Amino acid sequence: MAGFQYFPHTDEDIRAMLDRIGVNSLDDLYADVPQDCLYKGEYDLPEAMTEQQVRDFFEGLAARNPKLKVFAGAGAYDHYTPAVIPYITQRSEFITAYTPYQCEISQGTLRYIFEYQSMICTLTGMDVSNASMYDGPTAAAESMRMMVAQAKKKNTVLISDTLLPQVRGVIATYAKYAGITIKEIKAENGQTSKSELESLIAQGDVAGAIVPSVNRFGIIENLEGMADALHADKAMLTVYCDPSAMAVLKTPAEWGADVAVGDGQPLGIPLCYGGPYVGFMACTKDYMRKLPGRIVGETRDKEGRRAFVLTLQAREQHIRREKATSNICSNESLMALWVTVYLSLMGPEGMKQVNDLCYQRAHYLYAKLLETGKFQEVFAGAPFLKEFVLKPLVPAVELQKKLADAGFFGALETEEGYVSFCVTEKRSYEEMDALVESIKK
Amino acid sequence: MSKIVEGLKYSDTHEWVKVEGEIAIIGVTDFAQKEMGEITYVDCPDVDDEVEKGSEFGALESVKAASDLFSPVSGTVTEVNEEVVDDPKLVNEDAFGNWIIKVQMSDASELDDLMDAAAYKAFIKE
Amino acid sequence: MKYYDKLIFELSKQGRLGYSLPQTCNKCKGTEVIPAGLLRSKTPELPEVSEMDVVRHYTNLSQMNFGVDTGFYPLGSCTMKYNPKINEEIAAMPAFNGLHPLQKDLKGVDAVYEGMDKALAAITGMKHFTFKPCAGAHGELTGLMIIREYHMSRGDYKRTRIIVPDSAHGTNPASAAVCGLDVVVVKSNANGLVDVEDLKPLLDDTIAGIMMTNPNTLGLFEKDIKEIAQLVHAAGGLLYYDGANMNPLIGTVRPGDMGFDVMHLNLHKSFSTPHGGGGPGSGPVGVCEKLVPFLGVNVSGFNGNFGVILRAYAYILMLGRENVKLCGKLATLGANYIKESLKDCYKLPIESVCKHEFVFDGLINDGACDGKEGATTLDVAKRLLDYGYHAPTIYFPLLFHQAIMIEPTETESKETLDGFIEVMSKIAAEAAQDPEILHGAPHNTPISRPDETTAARNPIIKIQDECVC
Repeated sequence: MAGFQYFPHTDEDIRAMLDRIGVNSLDDLYADVPQDCLYKGEYDLPEAMTEQQVRDFFEGLAARNPKLKVFAGAGAYDHYTPAVIPYITQRSEFITAYTPYQCEISQGTLRYIFEYQSMICTLTGMDVSNASMYDGPTAAAESMRMMVAQAKKKNTVLISDTLLPQVRGVIATYAKYAGITIKEIKAENGQTSKSELESLIAQGDVAGAIVPSVNRFGIIENLEGMADALHADKAMLTVYCDPSAMAVLKTPAEWGADVAVGDGQPLGIPLCYGGPYVGFMACTKDYMRKLPGRIVGETRDKEGRRAFVLTLQAREQHIRREKATSNICSNESLMALWVTVYLSLMGPEGMKQVNDLCYQRAHYLYAKLLETGKFQEVFAGAPFLKEFVLKPLVPAVELQKKLADAGFFGALETEEGYVSFCVTEKRSYEEMDALVESIKK
Repeated sequence: MSKIVEGLKYSDTHEWVKVEGEIAIIGVTDFAQKEMGEITYVDCPDVDDEVEKGSEFGALESVKAASDLFSPVSGTVTEVNEEVVDDPKLVNEDAFGNWIIKVQMSDASELDDLMDAAAYKAFIKE
Repeated sequence: MKYYDKLIFELSKQGRLGYSLPQTCNKCKGTEVIPAGLLRSKTPELPEVSEMDVVRHYTNLSQMNFGVDTGFYPLGSCTMKYNPKINEEIAAMPAFNGLHPLQKDLKGVDAVYEGMDKALAAITGMKHFTFKPCAGAHGELTGLMIIREYHMSRGDYKRTRIIVPDSAHGTNPASAAVCGLDVVVVKSNANGLVDVEDLKPLLDDTIAGIMMTNPNTLGLFEKDIKEIAQLVHAAGGLLYYDGANMNPLIGTVRPGDMGFDVMHLNLHKSFSTPHGGGGPGSGPVGVCEKLVPFLGVNVSGFNGNFGVILRAYAYILMLGRENVKLCGKLATLGANYIKESLKDCYKLPIESVCKHEFVFDGLINDGACDGKEGATTLDVAKRLLDYGYHAPTIYFPLLFHQAIMIEPTETESKETLDGFIEVMSKIAAEAAQDPEILHGAPHNTPISRPDETTAARNPIIKIQDECVC
């Protein structure tokens, strides 16, 4: 048998093991498989590559992708990733570890998740956070399910039209199969309309609403009175938020929300064509035992030492099966570590500085783009942080092409025909000036 | 040996019922709490919730398991024992002394389908 | 492993920082001009630490963790195979990392998805895959949605029930519930396989399909699968394959050939991507020809976990068509070897040849005698930690009350397996002699037997909760 670096067995080893088992060949181990199930053909796969060939192959693929400076957001943000983070997340003991079911040899994982939960709670103002979910959109869908489960007889969830399209899309998918009715809260001047929310509540059957803190136009929404309107009808409020922006903006808890969800990607996770990211979900104390996902808790061991364990497992699929709060069996643990390390490095001051840099640079670009005469304001005066929309006076595809030719990615088109831009602390004034120049041409 | 209390009614899913007029006071038996082990949480319905005979109204949770609670009678929940929600080990300590919910019965004849103490004792066959 | 008890917050000192950012422009306004009603009132309680503090802290935390790179992880149903490092190199390439998910015309990225689609189709016998699901359970949900879509597209709205074996993993019924399907349980027979006679009366026109794992959670090949497929199809249902146990089928059997219509794979199991402490994973879903129109089901925000898909693709390219043929067989070899070597100390409920994993039902002699409680499966698991092994999967499947499910994978050498066998035998002997040794285990780990009851009764789930008690 030809060797392969991931198969340690020598012919001798195989022989000795087969002898112990009492069979003659490896094929004998499949004697119980019906002949018409066994696949005896060739596999339509390439010939095995060497490691060097694998490197060359992927370098070749990488070279076929344009290298563009990112001036777009829409749910994935090009924030700076500190050099330290991959060194920590790549540590064998973190990356090759399994779910921490055997807590005695998984205190590393359990402790960073506890730190992560604490950080998500302080950013969102909530009392309880889980150990993470797949991404922001699925976390939002899970919050929808949680609100309907809580409401007992009510089966409608209100979704703001100003949530990102992919968030609305995933929520709609989950709602469809669960038989949950989704009603859209229209936008008014680029923000979730409170009067529309109230009239939808009055229609009855509302279990809750999902509303963004910063919406898809980049606008920082005023959610005043929404929690009260929902609570008066025994309905819940979920706020979808950007955790990076939460370091300065009013938190979901301060808005009176019951649940906060979003994606942790803006906390230093590379864009990576969309994943892996990390969803977060946090809630008030009242809903702690209804929260899906893993939760890590603190306790003492038999010697009185501080110890961390997976707790409240009676909610989860391996115990409750079809009555579980969700089917989720994993989290995005390593990405939760990524985010925890990022927030540890940044601290409160760093997070404020990131947001200030984004604010300054985004507003600089906004003004410069308007000066070109090729755009009109859409939501004049609406407060924004790092993302904004403008109405283009030339076709969006033309803009995108000019940007791409100059080495930039931006001017994403919204369903209304606006174009959106996002500026993070990674984009310099020189880059912004070059972008503006490319549009002027 | 599990404790059994005379004068109560018993379901085959190990709930006990004490009748006070139109109200059924419901808890779990000593046998049930022993089977569960250390109870970490008692998941209860809300006051004014409707319950149906034979369908689940909540659950007992331990570290590694969850056990549904089934209502022995139909009706409306009038009270939930907050003490047991705050301190679930009370159920382990004294299952008969710590009720879980009180239900205003909609059909008292349903009580006839339940076991008495002797029948329950035979049922758990210890 | 050394006990290190700090949390990052405890290293915090005001004025310390661990970041490097450009200066803000002092002529321009910052976030302070955002209307006060939109700003948070209190600064978030994040630690203020230096870069070195962060590095030391997390390095020390990692020393209290066990990974595949540390030692053997015989976890049944988890396929803890070696995570190749070339995969990590590929996933970290800046030219992939820097791509925004909404960028179009990325020929290099399209080639990855196309290559993976083709490779997974070849290995599984399915036609095409969607890569959007982020995990196995997510893939199950997606597959069930596809099944429902198929029936609804034919105007068949009655099919709202799904059959699940009693040996199934908890995610199966949970995913069904999330998908709005009612679960109907089919029993296993005495041989641990789906009881075809119990299945027949369950099949009517309300059945959307059946979810199966093959080999099942006992590591046994469901040899009646073709008959089951025929019966379910005849009743108008579809077959879903739970790919968690795909490893022994790599290179030997293709789910498509067995009659499955839709399936998921766990890239973090059979396809070597690292578990990361619980994620990220990836659960691509593959379908047969007639279900291809339904692959567009929108279950996640962007394009799936591209970073994980890259790793799996690198692994498949290293395996190539030659080595893929040995993958499943060598995994099966290891499992049977351990089974035969330990069946004199541990109860083997089902004697037949297994595939990549098998189940023991506790110790043959647990040392129970008057006054002394016998050693349980939990005790055996905890004692294994003392010897430097991760415990196998315990108390699953539910069919056996003292279940120990062992899966060695094909990347473990005979020496590793022999070491494990020796230790398991030793533990069995310890139990027979004096179960107290096991009751107190583990003795050699940073913590031991935490109080999980109090953790569940009075949850402390964030640093701020600590002060309250």
